Amino acid sequence: MTPRTPLGLADVETALAGLAVAAPPTLAGATLASVGLADEYATVPTPVGAVYVAWNGLGISTVGRADDDATFERRFARSIGRPVRRAAALPDSLARAVARRLEGDRRARLPLDLRGRTEFERAVWLKALEIPRGEVRPYGWIAAEIGRPNAVRAVGTALAHNPVPLVVPCHRVVRSDGLIGNYSLGGPTVKRVMLAAEGLDPDELESLARAGIRYLASDTTRVYCLPSCHNARRITARHRVAFRSGRASEAAGYRACRDCRPDSAARAA
Amino acid sequence: MDDALPSALATDLDGAFERLVLDHQDRLYSIALRVLGDPRDAEEVTQDCLVRAYRALASYDPDRIRSLEVRPWLATIVVNLCRNRGRRRKLAVVRLDAPSARDTIPVAGRIAAHDPTGSPHASALRRETARDWAALLATLPQRLRIPVVLRHVDGLSYAEMANALGRPEGTLKAQVHRGLALLRDAAESASLLDREVMSA
Repeated sequence: MTPRTPLGLADVETALAGLAVAAPPTLAGATLASVGLADEYATVPTPVGAVYVAWNGLGISTVGRADDDATFERRFARSIGRPVRRAAALPDSLARAVARRLEGDRRARLPLDLRGRTEFERAVWLKALEIPRGEVRPYGWIAAEIGRPNAVRAVGTALAHNPVPLVVPCHRVVRSDGLIGNYSLGGPTVKRVMLAAEGLDPDELESLARAGIRYLASDTTRVYCLPSCHNARRITARHRVAFRSGRASEAAGYRACRDCRPDSAARAA
Repeated sequence: MDDALPSALATDLDGAFERLVLDHQDRLYSIALRVLGDPRDAEEVTQDCLVRAYRALASYDPDRIRSLEVRPWLATIVVNLCRNRGRRRKLAVVRLDAPSARDTIPVAGRIAAHDPTGSPHASALRRETARDWAALLATLPQRLRIPVVLRHVDGLSYAEMANALGRPEGTLKAQVHRGLALLRDAAESASLLDREVMSA
């Protein structure tokens, strides 16, 4: 048997120094994403086709349509400016919340990353979140509901800049004259498709609007509603009364529906 | 590089934080991996450490960030997270300073036994691969393992370790010395096992 030199403490120190390793390559990206300094993105199926969704540790930051990943990344860089990388899919909890929101469940808790946006914009978007699936509200309704009845145009601008369409349903906000109007996520056609997918008939809605009808009421309940309100849709033809203005409804002895609050739309400038 | 980092973090946390991550992720991951022994746990703990560091920095005023010693500060966070995780998941670690230690360190011996060449010491040194040493390290009691890892895997000074662990330098030196001696003895007995296998 060969005689052996005992190990010295210096040998142990050398061996331990060799135990330093490199961190896994995904660690830095995941860390920056979880504190909101970088984002990840994936696509999600919707009634208007696959839509790009970006998120970070603070919540969903962007929803948008794009022809391909490169286009989406370029737009993200221009509008948000943070590094962004492709992920296979949304994290389970976010994916479930997005799906529930798209199905119309407004209680689904969905964190949003709206850093860098104004208080006014946030107020507009949060108000839009209150509109039920399959119903629409005019811009003026949002303006009055957030206490800025004269800011109808600014509401339109804020909705046009909504970074998270579909998730914040700005497609449920229509022109104050009742026409469907434009939509940030691909124009009026996409907006009509979205509304139709939610069970609303955009053509019927616009034909009422063209006839100057803003409100529908029931002569049994003596309540008047916005035309797409779930309460208005229950009124049978025999009992339905149409009004051109809130004032006319009130003058005829009708009161505003507590669900759709048509008086908010009437109040706006 | 560490000198410029605190003032960069103090003036623009969001702009400078990526540099903190890139500068420190390898050492923090190495500490976590060698203290915990499991790569998945180590990855989670490292990410958690960096996220906590970001949140803490976001709440500090600029003067406090400028005077921060980033290396020991991050070491404190990662070590505390490792300790919490160790507490949650009671590992069946056999202590080297327990009476039966000699019978309980077969990993290094088993790996070493595959190579029948060379003089026992030289080949032992050569064969004591990183995996063997990591396995031996995992059997050290945590009170010794953490100072040994901070001093000799991460390369912190005793002053930095005293700052990070809140123990006097003298105590830490003694703990590191004791840890190294236990590791040496364990490695020796692994070689002994190896020799017995070869002569059998």
